[in-house]
This record gives sequence, structure tokens and C-alpha cells, in this order.
Amino acid sequence: MKPFKKRRRGGITATFEIGEAHLLANLAGQVVELLRDRNAEEESEADPLAAQLGMGGSSLPPDDPVLLRLLPDAYRDDPDDAGEFRRFTERALTTSKVHHAETLIGSLVDGGLRFETPLSSVDDEPVEVELDHAEVQSWLRALTDIRLSLAVRLGIESEEDTQLVAQSGDDAIVAMSDIYEWLGYVQETLISALE
Amino acid sequence: MTTPTPVEIAEPDVDNIVELEDPWVTIVWNDPVNLMSYVAYVFRNYFGYTDEKAHELMLQVHHDGKAVVSSGRREQMERHVQAMHEYGLWATLERQDA
Repeated sequence: MKPFKKRRRGGITATFEIGEAHLLANLAGQVVELLRDRNAEEESEADPLAAQLGMGGSSLPPDDPVLLRLLPDAYRDDPDDAGEFRRFTERALTTSKVHHAETLIGSLVDGGLRFETPLSSVDDEPVEVELDHAEVQSWLRALTDIRLSLAVRLGIESEEDTQLVAQSGDDAIVAMSDIYEWLGYVQETLISALE
Repeated sequence: MTTPTPVEIAEPDVDNIVELEDPWVTIVWNDPVNLMSYVAYVFRNYFGYTDEKAHELMLQVHHDGKAVVSSGRREQMERHVQAMHEYGLWATLERQDA
């Protein structure tokens, strides 16, 4: 990956190897699916107008710990207020998060990413993304949601846990931890490019 | 017929009155995932805080486990909390004296 940089005319660019671009798109796609499943859960009972306004969702927190981290309670010690708030706002929040993740995938496709197998891009060149202001905002949030999701799956609940998973004896955990760290690096370069 | 006598009226400090009537706060909680640079970025860009204030609040979240990032009317705090959740920060609202 060539880290994010600010172009003279304002665009923010980075270049990803094909494998990296596919990995990013795949992880963002998983976040989209997870959030869509959450919205679909209640759809049969939802009032269509309320649904369109981003209201009329569930008042119960999600069972999946990843979804619970992406869609946390707004009231810490008051389940009634938390449920009421969730019922009126969760659908809108979920829709925004889906939009941000899909924007990230869209930027990669604009940069030449293709989904045919074997992994490819146009002309098999690395994928160069150029983000405008709105896309930057989506990338920041989508990268955060992906990192939050991976952290929950890795069981990262404290700063020490981050070290522990990196030194795990389980190769699959170490591989996921490497991806998690790399995503942090991608996000860090994006934030520095904005400053 | 008459015309109102012009009088000097001091501008009421609306912000303070609102805060006294409805003391709600938005709290951001520490988590091991979000980058310090990102949290400071969010405080600068969403709340419009200066670099210094945003950095200070970010460090407070990091060291104390939480920080009050805004106070005011309940509806306003609910909007802030929802915006923080969209950014992926862990935020809640509560009464100021809770």
C-alpha cells in the first residue's frame, strides 16, 4: 500500500495492492451484510413510513456482540430509555453505516477493483483510490466499523489484549490481528493526510 | 396613539438558561480500538473544538476512561450520541447530576 496523501488540488489518494483492495472490500461487505441482517430482522413488522424515516426498529439490543458494538445503547443505566432511543434511531444509524461501507467499496471499484476470480483489477494494476470530502468521511467511519468488528471477534477488550492477540500461538488469530493492525495503519495515514 | 418608549434591554444569555433547565451531558467512553488521532479528529470536526481542546478531551477519555464532551438539552445530546455512534465512538447521554 502507498499511504494516503493529499493532492495539490485537494483530493486524497492512496494505492492498494490487488490483494489489499480485495481484503478491504470483503471486510466492508461483511459489515454491510451483518447490518442488513439486523435491519431485516424487524422488517416484517415495521411500519413502512417509519422504516423510511429510519424509525420503527427494534427496541431490544442485538444479540451479536459485533452488532452491539456497532449499535451501542445510548443510555447506560436505563434500559427503557435505551430501548426507546434504539427504536427511533437504530434503523437510521444502520442505514448510514451501510452507506459508508458501500462507499468504501465503491471507491475501490472506481480505482479499478474487479470481483472476477481470480482476484483482479483493470489491467492487473494496483488499485488507486481518490477520495473527495464525502468519501473521506465515509472511509473514516467504515474503517472504524471494520476495526471495531474485528476487535470484537478477536476478543480485544483492553489495550493489553491487542498485544496478546498479536503474540497468540494460533496462526489464524495472528493473521486476523495483522489485518486489524494494518487497518489501523490505513486509517492513521488517512487522518494524517487530512491535517 | 402611542409608540413604545425605547428601553435598553440586556440580551438574555439563552445558552446558560437552557443548561440550567436541562442539564444533560454527552459522555464518550474509552475503548481499546479507536485511534487517539481519530478520536481527536472527531472532537475537532464534529464539535468544532480547537486542536488543543480536542486533544485534551481525547487524553481525558484515554486516561480517565471517559469524558464529558458536551452538555445541554436532552434532544441535542441525543443527536450528539447518535453522531458519535456513526463515527464508531462509544457514547452515552445522562443527566448531568446522575
